[in-house]
Amino acid sequence: MWTWFHKLSSPKWFYQISGRWLPWIAIAAGVFLAAGLVLGLAYAPADYQQGNSFRIMYIHVPSAILAQSCYMMMAVAGGVVLIWRIKLAEMVLKCIAPFGASITFLALITGGIWGYPTWGTWWVWDARGTSMLILLFLYFGVIALQSAISSTTGAARAGALLALVGLVNIPIIKYSVEWWNTLHQPATFTLTEKPAMPVEMWLPLLIMVLAFYLIFGTVLMMRLRNEILEREYKTNWVRKLVEASAENQSEKGA
Amino acid sequence: MYFETFDAFLAMGKHGLYVWTAYGIGALVLALNVAVPILNKRKVLAKQQARLRRERARAESQ
Repeated sequence: MWTWFHKLSSPKWFYQISGRWLPWIAIAAGVFLAAGLVLGLAYAPADYQQGNSFRIMYIHVPSAILAQSCYMMMAVAGGVVLIWRIKLAEMVLKCIAPFGASITFLALITGGIWGYPTWGTWWVWDARGTSMLILLFLYFGVIALQSAISSTTGAARAGALLALVGLVNIPIIKYSVEWWNTLHQPATFTLTEKPAMPVEMWLPLLIMVLAFYLIFGTVLMMRLRNEILEREYKTNWVRKLVEASAENQSEKGA
Repeated sequence: MYFETFDAFLAMGKHGLYVWTAYGIGALVLALNVAVPILNKRKVLAKQQARLRRERARAESQ
């Protein structure tokens, strides 16, 4: 198990394996996204109470779910950084934060756009909205620490600490609709119960959730690969790679 | 297909503006997330190529 752990945490190994996976994950993301959009926008029936505004759910729910999973993954990477001091985990922490922030922003803004025609307001300071806003600021905090601290290891450790402390916010987001009276409706989906909506309505949602995870996987891999090229310049294999890319370009140019 | 005509699809009942704004922002956020690392890769490679060239030039002059 430990050899596997070490292999997985080696930037070189990750760079090679991600190079092979990346195109397939990107293609799958595109296919799922296209299918989810067509089914969600054109085939799902309108909600009998909300009309067509409910279609915003197909972006709002996947982005809100992903915003929280990204945060948890970032915190796990933070734990690995603090305990085992693994370089790849430092990179994961740094690379997840901007994506997480943008997707949290998307969840918040689509919530507002959905809320206005449906409940008559863009924003209320209820528990769900506020805890999601705190999530956005936690992401901003991790991003700010990465650029504020010049030592990459120091920045990663500080970010890891913040990510771990901020983890308290995750159960608050999840249970906010149960603990407090709120405008926000309870979860549309649970793993244990059958969804209350017809299949034409929940299938696009499921597909969109998968599409968002696949997009996240694609973006994270691309970002990590750049980060490895940046930080592992001193190693022989990255130098060879850089050299090969230079030769490639000069051939194309000639 | 839920909608009868393409116009009805665009109108989304009375909610066209909201639905399309939300999907437009969603498309923008996802597209930016994909575009940034693609553009960055070129930048990183160019930077490291220049670094390698500098080092080689220095090694030769010594």
